[in-house]
Amino acid sequence: MKVVLKNLTKKFPARGKGSGDVIAVNNFSFEIPDKSLVGLLGPSGCGKSTTLNLISGLLRPTEGNILFGEDDVTSLPPEKRGVGLVFQNYALYPHLTVMQNIIFPLQNLKGKNKLSKAEMEMKAYEIAKLVQIESLMERKPNELSGGQQQRVAIARALVKMPRVLLLDEPLSNLDARLRLQTREEIKRIQQETGITTIFVTHDQEEAMSISDLIVVMKDGIVQQIGKPQEVYDEPKNLFVAKFLGTPPISVFDGYINSGRLFIGDEAIFDTDSKDGEVYIAVRPEGFVLSEKGVLSCKLKAVEVMGRDISVVCTNEKCTANAIRAIISAENRVDTSSDTVRFDLKKNKVFVFDKNTEERIAF
Amino acid sequence: MKENKIKKAPGIGKIITYILLAVWAIIVLFPFYWMILTSVKSYASYNAEYFPKFFTLSPTFENYKEAFTAVPLGQYFLNTVIFTVATTAIMLIVIIPAAFAFSRLEFKGKNLVFTLFLALMMIPNELVVITNFTTITNLDLRNSFIGLILPSVTSVFYIYLLKENFSQIPDELYYAAKVDGTSDFKYLMRVMIPICRPTLVTVTILKVIECWNSYVWPRLITDDPAYFLVSNGIQEIRENGFGRENIPAMMAAVVVISLPLIVLFLIFRNKIMAGVARGGTKG
Amino acid sequence: MEKKNLKAWLYLLPAILFLGIFMVYPLIDVFIYSFEEGFNSSSQTYSGIGIYNYSYILRDPYFLQALKNTFILVMITVPVSTGLALLISVGLSSIKWLKNLFQTVYFLPYVTNTLAVGLVFMILFKPTAYSDGLINLILGFFGMSPVDFIDGPYWAKMLVLCIYTVWVVMPFKILILTSALASVNRNYYDAARVDGTSKGRIFRKITLPMISPMLFYLVITGFIGAFKAYSDAVALFGTELNAAEMNTIVGYVYDMLYGEGGGFPSYASAAAIVLFAIVLTITVINLLISRRHVHY
Repeated sequence: MKVVLKNLTKKFPARGKGSGDVIAVNNFSFEIPDKSLVGLLGPSGCGKSTTLNLISGLLRPTEGNILFGEDDVTSLPPEKRGVGLVFQNYALYPHLTVMQNIIFPLQNLKGKNKLSKAEMEMKAYEIAKLVQIESLMERKPNELSGGQQQRVAIARALVKMPRVLLLDEPLSNLDARLRLQTREEIKRIQQETGITTIFVTHDQEEAMSISDLIVVMKDGIVQQIGKPQEVYDEPKNLFVAKFLGTPPISVFDGYINSGRLFIGDEAIFDTDSKDGEVYIAVRPEGFVLSEKGVLSCKLKAVEVMGRDISVVCTNEKCTANAIRAIISAENRVDTSSDTVRFDLKKNKVFVFDKNTEERIAF
Repeated sequence: MKENKIKKAPGIGKIITYILLAVWAIIVLFPFYWMILTSVKSYASYNAEYFPKFFTLSPTFENYKEAFTAVPLGQYFLNTVIFTVATTAIMLIVIIPAAFAFSRLEFKGKNLVFTLFLALMMIPNELVVITNFTTITNLDLRNSFIGLILPSVTSVFYIYLLKENFSQIPDELYYAAKVDGTSDFKYLMRVMIPICRPTLVTVTILKVIECWNSYVWPRLITDDPAYFLVSNGIQEIRENGFGRENIPAMMAAVVVISLPLIVLFLIFRNKIMAGVARGGTKG
Repeated sequence: MEKKNLKAWLYLLPAILFLGIFMVYPLIDVFIYSFEEGFNSSSQTYSGIGIYNYSYILRDPYFLQALKNTFILVMITVPVSTGLALLISVGLSSIKWLKNLFQTVYFLPYVTNTLAVGLVFMILFKPTAYSDGLINLILGFFGMSPVDFIDGPYWAKMLVLCIYTVWVVMPFKILILTSALASVNRNYYDAARVDGTSKGRIFRKITLPMISPMLFYLVITGFIGAFKAYSDAVALFGTELNAAEMNTIVGYVYDMLYGEGGGFPSYASAAAIVLFAIVLTITVINLLISRRHVHY
């Protein structure tokens, strides 16, 4: 089922007097292809959860339309949309067993859709098998681990065969180890069922690792949509560049002067762009240790992490306190020296206009 | 640090504490002991004791028989059970939907109405009982169960208590149910009530205690012994029953009346004490 | 939106209906009653509007007696029961062995029928034709002459009423104070002990301030409860409290409304409003004081 969002806008009435409406989602248009797994990504308050709630029907948009396939569902209540929703805290009914939780949505079916108890239980078992919790059916939620609760919540959302599955911060309540495992699991379940799935996260790594497409949002406005690697490699603006990647990208105050790109006094690349102030952002893996390198930095620390070496250094033009460069462990860093010099890989360096923060080619 | 410092003999303070606590325990328990003791003494032997004996070697259950035959204690008992069960049941039917509306539904004027409800909590019952007496009398409902029950079925405090509890259920549960097409009523019945069962049990028990001991309203509204509750019954017995002086029989009636709540208390001890700590007062 | 509104009101309907009929309407009505002069219950007519009802009850010796009784009862039982409850709760929270048993026993009076147990107190205190009653015999053992606590002198009757009232209100106070004491974080005590603070000082400087909100709550509810005393008196002295000189304000209200010489809802209303005014005043004064003295 493809999902189409057309000029979707959601305003909330302002709380204080005098201030205007709060625009949580601003003119969001996007066509989510059938059977895809899409991550809505952004810092808290960026409107990603509001978008999810608009799709689920728990909120009504101020403007715009939502289509599931060819159906316009904009004015339908949640229960008529055929969506499955998994909450951040799972929202399992604490007094019901896993089995009772899973069949709860089925018990709401009426008329010709009504199922017998045996049919419901059969469906519940099928789904439970899919998410691998079939041995826990008689337990209560508080007897389950976080990861198991997560699976039950997914099973409950899937049991009525929704047209679209929505997950709100599905991994944020899990510990680091489970998070890794569960995200693979979500990917697997999504692929096995083929249900179009949209999930919300503030963790870029999570979004990058399993999504077919990611949507980066900020202040209610979509910043960029694309395949994870594309967005990482070709960020459209400074926000997207900074939001994706760990360790974070290093941003420098720079300028272009007569066809050359400068950080401080050091010219790092030639360029065709016109003169002016710019931000220069370098991915951690874009730094190459070189005795004659174009950029000199003050060395602070060297952290050996097995496969890689992380070089922590400073540069007075850097907008953050420290620069973190990741280099291969084959390199040897001369720690007796105060300064360290880098060459930069051109495809890992992005230049942004100082005012608009939009990317400019160089 | 040393072993002997931790394991020292109970100090004089501890002993005084225990004595103090024991004395109060005796003061509390003594009336109960005395009523049971007196209720198993025969009329003759009770009156023969100038110095009342602190135990009896020949207990008799004659007084209990007397209590159920000479005065309509069974009738009072039955009336109280009917009154208690009906009042508590109707109260639950009234307060659960109200608490649900306040905690879960959005409607115009909600805050205003809720504030008014809270303001009503400050109104003492004594203030409204006068008009209620007139109302019930004018409706010709004196000496009827309806007249006894109706004014006692709402409790703003319990609505408040339940609303607070309902509000603690995460919103996500409601949204999850909504997405699955659960109606508000079904959500209330299948999710909220089971989750809040402990509070509902507490409210029920507190109301049962209140009903079982209620005296003032029943006294105003009934003068036909056929509708007396136990409190009025015991007052009637004191003033007119057993030829006034049969104290052992009177005590048997007191034991019978006190027993149900004490048994209830011993079964639900923790629930009742927690419930009262959260919101009970006496008086 | 409209439909949603309607549904919510439907859920509220039973509660609003009952509260409207049995609380809001009577509340307005009681004020009206109290200003209707010469109200006649049988014809439901009145002769005029004014404050005669108030001036009547304030001159009625029975009401003045009830007022006096109630004030004495309040002034004695609230401090005594609160202090005693504090003492017992502190004792209770300092022990482990038998603690549960004591707690259970102490709570028993809460679940007993006031009228029924009042009878037991009556027979304990009352001399009969056959015996002076247990309490008098004990007093006699200490060389005191027997007193009729139920039909005798005023002070004796008041004493029994106070004793019974304290007995009845103690469970609630002990329960509240014990849980308040239990909720004081142990770290404060440990910290104080490490600093070498004496037990008395710990109690005054740490425990008391920490439980002061609860103490204060008990004092307020104690005042309100004691001002509304009635059934304890009935339990001990019977329904004819005016004759026994043991009536309370609430008792006066009910007697005016119904009972011996009843049928005067206007006087009853005026008395009820006087009671309400007293309770309100005390609550407000308490609140004002507490703002300065509750530290936590």
